[in-house]
Order: sequence, then C-alpha cells, then structure tokens
Amino acid sequence: MHKGRAKLLQGNEAIALGALAAGCNFFAGYPITPASEITEFMSRELPIRGHPFLQMEDEIASLGACIGASLAGRKAMTATSGPGFSLMQENLGYACITEVPVVVVDVMRAGPSTGMPTHSSQGDVQQARWGTHGDHPAIVLCPATVLECFELTVTAFNHAERFRTPVILLADEMTAHTREKVALPEPGEIEVIDRRRPTVPPDWYVPYKTDGSLIPRLADLGEGYRYHVTGLVHDERGFPTERLEEVQAFSTRLFAKISRNFPYLEQVKAFRIEDAEILVIAYGCTARAARAAVRIGRERGLKIGLLQILSIWPFPRRSVEAALEGKRAVLVPELNMGQVRREVLRVNNGRTQIVSLTKMDGSMIAPDEILARLRELK
Amino acid sequence: MSTVHPSIVYDWLRHDKKFPHVWCPGCGLGIVLGSLVRALARSGLGKNEVVLVSGIGCSGRLPVYVDVGSVHTTHGRALTFATGIKLAKPELTVITVMGDGDSTAIGGNHLIHAARRNLDLTAIIVNNQTYGMTGGQFSPTTPLGARASTAAYGHIEPAFDISALCATAGASFVARATVFHVVQMDKLLLQAITRRGFNVVEVLSPCHTNFGRQNRLGSQIDMMKGFKKAAVQASRWDKMSESEREGRFPVGVLVDRDRPLYLDSYKRICETAARLRAEGQI
Repeated sequence: MHKGRAKLLQGNEAIALGALAAGCNFFAGYPITPASEITEFMSRELPIRGHPFLQMEDEIASLGACIGASLAGRKAMTATSGPGFSLMQENLGYACITEVPVVVVDVMRAGPSTGMPTHSSQGDVQQARWGTHGDHPAIVLCPATVLECFELTVTAFNHAERFRTPVILLADEMTAHTREKVALPEPGEIEVIDRRRPTVPPDWYVPYKTDGSLIPRLADLGEGYRYHVTGLVHDERGFPTERLEEVQAFSTRLFAKISRNFPYLEQVKAFRIEDAEILVIAYGCTARAARAAVRIGRERGLKIGLLQILSIWPFPRRSVEAALEGKRAVLVPELNMGQVRREVLRVNNGRTQIVSLTKMDGSMIAPDEILARLRELK
Repeated sequence: MSTVHPSIVYDWLRHDKKFPHVWCPGCGLGIVLGSLVRALARSGLGKNEVVLVSGIGCSGRLPVYVDVGSVHTTHGRALTFATGIKLAKPELTVITVMGDGDSTAIGGNHLIHAARRNLDLTAIIVNNQTYGMTGGQFSPTTPLGARASTAAYGHIEPAFDISALCATAGASFVARATVFHVVQMDKLLLQAITRRGFNVVEVLSPCHTNFGRQNRLGSQIDMMKGFKKAAVQASRWDKMSESEREGRFPVGVLVDRDRPLYLDSYKRICETAARLRAEGQI
C-alpha cells in the first residue's frame, strides 16, 4: 500500500469512486438501504464534472434511464439493493438482448422482500444470474474488501463496454458499509476499456453484424447512424425477426460472446491452497471471514486454504475445479441457504466432500464459526 | 402552415424496413405516423437530430418506420429511456410514442414524474381506449360501462382523462387531437416537437378490431365519425355548460405555459458545483 495516498473509505464510496475512475458519466438511481451512499456520492460528484445525475421515480425508471443514456454514448450506472434489483429485472433483460453496456450495483441485504434492510446477506447470487426472464448469459462480480469494491467496479465497466452487456456488481451490506484504509490506484494505473464504435460510414453500418469477436459495434444515438433498437429478437439490421435460423443464430451469439471469453472473465484469489487438505470457497464478506479463519487455523497447524471467488458469474469452473483437486473436503460458507454450494457441487461432480455452512440471521459468519466447522471435518 | 411535398415525407420513412406496417387495416396509428412524419419534415430538424422512443403495444411499433434513431423499449418505460437519452445528449429532439395502457397504467408513474420534472421531451399518447395488441382488455381510459375482453359484464372503473392528468402533473404543453382532425394533429405535433419543456399530445384513435367490435361501434369509419361528432374545439369548450359537455371532449391546445426547464436548472447546479469545487469548498 502506498501510504501517502491512503484514504479512509467506505465500500459504497469506493464503488462510486471506481465508477468515476472507469469513466462513468451518467448515474440514475432511487434511494434504498444499504446502497444509498452510492447515489448520494454520485449526486455530488457528477454535477461538478457537468455530467447528468438523476434520482428517478423508482428503480425501473433508473435502469431505463441508464440504458437510454448508454445508447446515447454515456457510461451509465445505477445502484440498488434486493427489492430494487427485483424491479430492475425486466430492463436488465432488455439490456441483455439489445446488448447495451450498463453497470448495476446490487448491495445485498437480508431478504426476501423488505427483509432486514440494514443487515447483510448473500441471498441474491442466483437472482443476479437468473433474475430476468428468458435464457441469457450474465456477468456478476463480487467484492469482499473496500479496495475490491473500487477495482471490481472498474472491471464491471470494462466488461460491460467490452462485451456489450449489463454487468452486475454484487456487493453486500457488510462490505459496502465497512470503512477501511485503502490506497486507490492512480488514474494512469487503471485500464479503462471503451466500447467499439463503428468506423464505417453510416450507410454501411449494420448494427448487429459482427466480425470474429461476436460483439457488434455500438453507434451512439444522434451520430448519424440511424438504426433501430428493440427488445424483440432482431436480425443483423436490428429489425424484429421470427425467422427460425435468424433467431437461433442470434441466441447462440448472445451466449457465445460470453462463453468464448470464460478464461478472460474468471477471477479468483487463492490464499494458501497449495498444501491445504481442506479448502474453503467463499465470496464477499464471507470470504473476508474465511481469510481470517485460514490465517488463524494455519497458526494452529490446520492445513487449510481459501479460494475467494470474485467473478461469481459466469461461475469460475476451471479455477474451482483445479483448487478442489486432491482436497479432503471443501467448505462453502455463505449468507444464504447454499446458493454457491450448488455450483461447487456441480463442478465437483463427486470428486470430494462438499460441506456447507449457511446462515440467515442477518449477522455475518465469523472466523471462529468457520474454524469450528473446519475442526468438525478433521 | 406550409404544405409538405410527398417526397419529403417519403424521405423521413425508413426505406430498408418493408411496408405495409403491422397495424390492422383502418387503424388510426398509420394516420398518427403520417402526421408525425409531416410534423418532423416541417420542423426543420435533421434526421440525425431526432430520436423516437416507444414502449410496448400497437403504438410501440411506430418508431421503426421512421428513418431516425429509434428505440422500442419495455412496456410502459419509454419515458424513462427517453429521459436518459435526452440528458445524455441534450441537443437531440426526443419524442416518445405510447399507448393509453402503456402510458397511464404500467407507465403511469413515469408519465406523471416526467410531467413534473419538465425535461424537454414530447409525449405522443395514442389513446384507443383499450389494449389492442393483446386482444381488447380494458385500459385506464376505457369508458365506464364499456365492454372489454376482461369486462364481459361492463366496465366498472371510471376512466382517466389523460390530458387532464398530464396538465395536473405539470406538463408545459398539453393538447388533444383525434385521427379525424388530421390537419390539427399536424399542427399540434409540430408545436409540441419544436417547443421546450415536457409536451403532451393525446391522440384519440379508433381500435375497431377490438374496442369497436366489442362495443358495437361499427367500422373504423363509423368510429372516426364518432370523434368528429364528439370533439369540440378548446376555445368553444370553455363557453359550454356542463350539460352541453356531456359525452363530448375538447380538442386543440389545452395547456400552454412556461415552467422551469429541467435542463436549465441542471446546468445551473453544475455551474454551482464546479465553482464550489474550484474554490475548494467541497
């Protein structure tokens, strides 16, 4: 850590700063605990830069405004929590099918419904993957520290721009409201990716035609490229189609543009897993507790390690597969009833023993609880 | 108002999109499309300066035929997307086309807040008093007592007056037209498009396929004649008694006022914020 630049920051502030560092120049949101600090921060910072900030009438409108702004060339973000995230699901699907880059922050709180607004949870993992209707790919990132809040927000924008897709930053109340000392990277140290825009003259532009990358070039509205955007399944020209071969080709490409890049999208952090006999797989605030548990356990002679998942969707199958190879058991602690455990079970495919540690009382899983569960596995 | 040569109108239509359009023969949406295109041709705007945004339903299919940037969004949300587009690029003229269910049922919240916010947007609301595309269910503007696919025994809910709703919510400009009064519609659309603020034009349009048939209103021609009979010019409406107004409605400009413009106010707070930052106060 560069001590000179160290700042005391909250996770939500780091998310907002990460967005600005990534070039976010449009924000629309609706107040909700525990994500409101992001909206408040953007309401102060964007006008200084002359960029639009909107507090909309609800979360549906917030995401709608973001998608519209993105089509007009802006880098747009909205932030919410579970109830608002549920409301956004339809427009999230719209961003998927029209391939509009946008970043949605969901700071998870205990649910379902109003649940416990000020308490932590990790209950939205599967909603983030499957929430919108119709089959679709999803990119979801999960920070565990204030620094990761910053870094993964930058990554979220880069993925959104690169793959022309909505990206979800799945934070949790604990991480978002934690304050810690962090040294943020300088602007020059951050990689910022912008969408590919057409280079051909407007008359030659075919909005959904792709080259080898499977990702079409996106023209800003009002730049002379007059084209049609619709949530109906569309052909390469953007017009609705129901021709079987065109529909299948479209759906295949929508998935392939993500699945072809699985290795690029996988993001995990391994902590002392080389000689570990038992592995902990965790994400978000639970990964933080798990890291402490591994540190304490190692001091006491336990051969344990942690695989922290940052890119939770697409699920990092290769990294998880490699990490659980040869382990005696794998513990998956999480603040839900086992939403990631089922993914680990799928990848594990019977190789080793998968054990769950779940909690839904609104408090976080403490390192001691993880250690106690690990000792039972001895 | 200058006449518009057919070739100019043709220029505003999308050539790579095959006509005929998707609407039923006799539907009023084709008339609205023609009127909008004439208004655009007269506006002096270039095709690259206009964006059309729609929601879902029969009206949602209108923008695709116009050779501008067109965005066919989710049901009821056209105004939210339009708000994002307008703020992202204030130099664009952003026009939304919505239906009655689209704008006052599922999108009712967005409509009143867009009117309150007074961002420079035009909202064309095509009111056919029913959900046409899904088969004639009752909408918020279906008259009391009318039949609908979901009101087989008669509709028991009172109807919204869309223009009155928008006026109360704060729109700068509110006008009503019908597809019978085409020349007037051309004028009203041109006024709305070239004016600043949140501007609404409600257009009464027949859905003879669903609403007309279920209510035995005859052909689309009969329904158009009905509009002719019931419509009263706004100037005359004000002088009419309650009993004379029974079963009739005003057309023309209903509200035309100056209210603080969102974009101007936002520009001011940007300047204030930038100054405070430069002075080190924030």
